[in-house]
Amino acid sequence: MAFIATSQRRWHAPHLIANPWLRYGLVLGGLVYLALAISTIEVNWARVVEGLDRGLRFLSAFLHPDFTARGDDIAQGMIESLTMAATSTAAGIVISVPIAVGAARNMAITPVYYVCRAIIALSRSLQEIIVAIFLVAMVGFGPFAGFLTLTFATIGFLAKLLAEAIEDIDPTPVEAIKATGASWASMLAYGVLPQIAPRLTGLSLYRLDINFRESAVIGIVGAGGIGATLNTAIDRYEFDSAAAVLILIIAIVMLSEYGSGIIRKRIQ
Amino acid sequence: MPVTTQGAGPAWSLRTPRHELLLWLGWLLAVAALVACWRIMTEDTIWAFVWDAPRQAGDIGSRMLPPRWSYLPNLLHPLWDTLNIATLGTLLGVVISVPIAFLAARNTTPDAAIVRPAALLVIVSSRSINAIIWALLLVAIVGPGILAGIIAIALRSIGFIGKLLYEAIEEIDEKQVEAIRATGASGAQVMTWGIVPQIMPAFAGITVFRWDINIRESTVLGLVGAGGIGLNLESSLNLLAWPQVTLILLVILATVIVSEWISARVRHAII
Repeated sequence: MAFIATSQRRWHAPHLIANPWLRYGLVLGGLVYLALAISTIEVNWARVVEGLDRGLRFLSAFLHPDFTARGDDIAQGMIESLTMAATSTAAGIVISVPIAVGAARNMAITPVYYVCRAIIALSRSLQEIIVAIFLVAMVGFGPFAGFLTLTFATIGFLAKLLAEAIEDIDPTPVEAIKATGASWASMLAYGVLPQIAPRLTGLSLYRLDINFRESAVIGIVGAGGIGATLNTAIDRYEFDSAAAVLILIIAIVMLSEYGSGIIRKRIQ
Repeated sequence: MPVTTQGAGPAWSLRTPRHELLLWLGWLLAVAALVACWRIMTEDTIWAFVWDAPRQAGDIGSRMLPPRWSYLPNLLHPLWDTLNIATLGTLLGVVISVPIAFLAARNTTPDAAIVRPAALLVIVSSRSINAIIWALLLVAIVGPGILAGIIAIALRSIGFIGKLLYEAIEEIDEKQVEAIRATGASGAQVMTWGIVPQIMPAFAGITVFRWDINIRESTVLGLVGAGGIGLNLESSLNLLAWPQVTLILLVILATVIVSEWISARVRHAII
């Protein structure tokens, strides 16, 4: 607390950074960066003015979304997105559980640990849309490429968080199971799995939600799902249909968030 | 624990037979639903292409190596653009999301009947739509370029920062707020001295975390025309210039790793 002796002894809050040189230096540096960064924005104002009209049209489209004009496309895309999300989450769980066990320091031997951590790092560092571009080139257009992409992305996400959960478990039950002479598999099934099951369920539900949202993105590069429909609608400036798709996505995400909240409450 | 007596004596089991049967039925239904999903999803898949994938992968792989290092200088300016998209987008997102977070938090919202649900709707809408889709829309509205990228990143950040921040606001210690209020402080003073100091560390952590994610996302926004290094990726892919694609992917990977390292360091310093 810095008390400054003036006529009235006013109290001042201490500064976040005590050294004034560093403080003002950081502020100055920030301002210089901001000025430089903003100067790189090239705005074609004529295009923006023209675009404002489109923007208003897009916003007003939310008040009267058109579900029927592209009804078949939307239905097909939604079915693809939902089935892709469900199957890829399931496949991702099946693959990521063993990888998570391998990537937990208290479960695996060192070489296995590093291999599993490398798989996780690879999956996490590649964005879905880039993976999707390559997989579309390999297996052709359609939801199968999307399924592979989302499965790959799920592995990195689930295995990392699950491995952390396994590293945090209470070792006592594991010790107790081992003391009965149980095999390694029994130790996993009765010592580890019950401890991580609630976390596994919660993470899987969350990933299902993410996979659905991502399925809207990878459709843009041809990997099936609602993204293709959305892309076509926006390219043709059919904002009514685009708004309908966006409203559907938001509604489904809200529903799944609400549903997973209920399921998680029941588990705990 | 139910104990059933069978021929050889009492046998221990985890669940009652009824519970066991229900569980088994549940799994059966889940698997059946998944198989149905799989059938619907792969209806139009051309399996010949899928079986051909390893050969295709080998073919692309052989074209991608070695990376074309001489292309590197061309990437410096797009990289600077990418950094600006992420940083300015994060700042814009922060400016918009802070008031929304205060409107959405149960203990600071002025009106729980209308304003709070509206703020929550804004947050969930922003979270549901990926930055690339926002970019796709904004490129159609304001034209291709950095501006579309910045706004797209900002719109996507609102939901993320808003949600985590309003949760942090709801978790504050009410006693400190009460103490400030007891001194006769005005609403703004309660905010500055009672609430803000409590959420500041969480706020800084959330912002840096989002900045890290935004760097990641802004590297691919160019695929839909919203500026940054993704534009080079898009044009290289269209030209089938695979060695350039490899180099761009390596640069993106390096950027992501560096931003993750910075964000981890900063968060470590704050918390």
